[in-house]
Amino acid sequence: MPPTEQTKISKEVLFDLHRRMVRIRLLEEAAGQLASEAKIPGFIHLYVGEEAVASGGCVALKDEDQISSTHRGHGHLVAKGGQFKPMMAEFMGKATGYCKGKGGSMHISDLDLGMLGANGIVGAGVPIAVGAAFANKYKNNGLVTMAFFGDGSTNIGAFHEGANMACALHLPIVFMCENNEYAEYTARDRVMAITDVADRAAAYGMPGVIVDGMDVVAVYEAARVAVERARNGEGPSMIECKTYRFYDHAGVSGLGRTYRSDEEVKEWMERDPIKLFEAQLAKAKVMNEEQAKEIHAEIQAEIDEAIEFAENSPMPDPAVDMLTDVYTEAS
Amino acid sequence: MAETEERIIRYNDAFKETLAELLRDDPDVFIAGEDVGRYGGVFQSFAGLNAEFGDERVVDTPIAEQAIIGLGIGAAAVGLRPIVDLMFMDFVMVAMDQIANQAAKMKYMFGGKATLPLTITTTGGAGLGAAAQHSQSLEAWLVHVPGLKVVFPSNPYDLKGLLVSCVRDDNPTIFTLHKAMLGSQGHVPEGLYEIPLGEARVVREGSDATVVAIGRMVSEAEKAAAALAEEGIEIEIIDPRTLMPFDIETVIKSAKKTNRIVIVHEAVRHGGIGAEIAAQIQEEAFDYLDAPIGRIAAPFAPVPFSPSLERAYVPDAASIIQGVKDALHRNG
Ligand SMILES: Cc1ncc(C[n+]2csc(CCOP(=O)(O)OP(=O)(O)O)c2C)c(N)n1
Ligand SMILES: [Mg+2]
Repeated sequence: MPPTEQTKISKEVLFDLHRRMVRIRLLEEAAGQLASEAKIPGFIHLYVGEEAVASGGCVALKDEDQISSTHRGHGHLVAKGGQFKPMMAEFMGKATGYCKGKGGSMHISDLDLGMLGANGIVGAGVPIAVGAAFANKYKNNGLVTMAFFGDGSTNIGAFHEGANMACALHLPIVFMCENNEYAEYTARDRVMAITDVADRAAAYGMPGVIVDGMDVVAVYEAARVAVERARNGEGPSMIECKTYRFYDHAGVSGLGRTYRSDEEVKEWMERDPIKLFEAQLAKAKVMNEEQAKEIHAEIQAEIDEAIEFAENSPMPDPAVDMLTDVYTEAS
Repeated sequence: MAETEERIIRYNDAFKETLAELLRDDPDVFIAGEDVGRYGGVFQSFAGLNAEFGDERVVDTPIAEQAIIGLGIGAAAVGLRPIVDLMFMDFVMVAMDQIANQAAKMKYMFGGKATLPLTITTTGGAGLGAAAQHSQSLEAWLVHVPGLKVVFPSNPYDLKGLLVSCVRDDNPTIFTLHKAMLGSQGHVPEGLYEIPLGEARVVREGSDATVVAIGRMVSEAEKAAAALAEEGIEIEIIDPRTLMPFDIETVIKSAKKTNRIVIVHEAVRHGGIGAEIAAQIQEEAFDYLDAPIGRIAAPFAPVPFSPSLERAYVPDAASIIQGVKDALHRNG
């Protein structure tokens, strides 16, 4: 990132990009730790390594804009303004969680923040984002929807149907691909004959750009252009972020796996998006090491508090909570 | 098969071994699904198969459930004997058109000309904190569709025999493993053997009540039986093993003997397979029943994430014991 380009972005935005990334990273590290201690039940899909995508994307949005998410959804919710206490409580299945403990990590959401839900079904968030974009256009409210999705999800029908429909209806939407080169434990080149997901954009009639997904400013810049296009009624765009998950598909093991080499993991870790950005910020004299440390510590304290809150929160009560929320009751 | 020594292996290993033996046995058999190749499946149920049989016979597919089932249908229609995998049973819904409108109906619509020796393998069931979209038991959706066979093995021995029958069957079959049973163990002979589809197993004989249990609920019923026996209550347990075709004769025979029936499954009670079984029992054995037919099943809600809710959601030995006692305390 040449410093000349960076100067175009306000210091406020740079701090915001940084803060959101660190909030995701520290929450994910804590969640991973708690999962390995079995304090968080079920599967947990961590976003560590991919923070620049959610952060760069969401900083380009307004608070009222919407996003759709995936099974790897914690980062999206944090980037869209998710609070640690109800997130941590949800991970642990507590009644005080965002979803009252009914959804857990894989379904975490808060519609009040415009977050249309993490999703257990790969690709399923895309058509839902298309629907939100349709409503925004219908209401002419000037809002934009951003659909986050993985490389693997672009192989499923729901993705193609959603992308085509969005373009056919000329909707205010941004397709934000997190290409981390794997779908679970299968490498992209075993299940796709193309290297760049962005190539698919042309097939639907929208621009597709590729950005370095470890460079939060690059993601932000591309997202800003796409969001502006959508807001101006110029239709959908696709951004492909080349990124990598540092941990396994699920859980916290990282190295020593058969489906990807340790060298590859380490190479990507060299390009840790937070470290890269902090180095840039220090070089540009926007934020020094000391300030960065303080921000980490402040966020860590907030997370520690959230863990305590979650641990002390009650579990939902089967006698009371089992059958509620299945239907909306007539008012 | 005439082995005298017990060979105790894991349910998951029985699955893998059976697949390997089927691949060796018939060159027309191949396997396709997400992560089943190089990685060996998310539960390692396919471990080693790709290394032994290669990319052509143990195929890693894109995330594309409709196309995975379609791949199986098309290949079966022109002469292969595919085994296609849906990682989680919940993804049946993603592929439902191919399963219910295509695979199930092709033969009938084509006046009998199509033959589809297709096996769909998948994993169902709750209990692992996997929440609403990775924990379902969807057998009721499947048995409602004429043209499909639906199989639920409850132990490693049956798993092998039933899987062989599914793969050798000339109809689309859906074979559901239970995620929470993958590590369970049992005797499994080496080599291929068949257990006919549509033959229930009497797991335990008893005279006081009959429990018809499906999938993982069989082991819960066995626990319930042991506890009830201490109170002098002897229950008969029937494992249907296949839900379509369904061995109603074995159930009716037992109903006429014990006069009290409790059906237990993990799926939601409303519209569940238990309703169909109960209806058939009352049609055939109404005069023999001394109590209403009990149904122990999940409440009418999606599978909840929180351990406190999930525990209460999934039927277990305690709820089966309660169901049996309810049936016993009603005198008709
Ligand atoms: C319809 C469907 N098929 C399969 C799965 C199992 N599954 C969960 S995540 C995943 C891989 C997704 O890959 P990608 O979209 O690249 O996202 P990433 O995990 O890399 O972030 C798969 C196959 C699922 N949840 N839903
Ligand atoms: Mg991926």
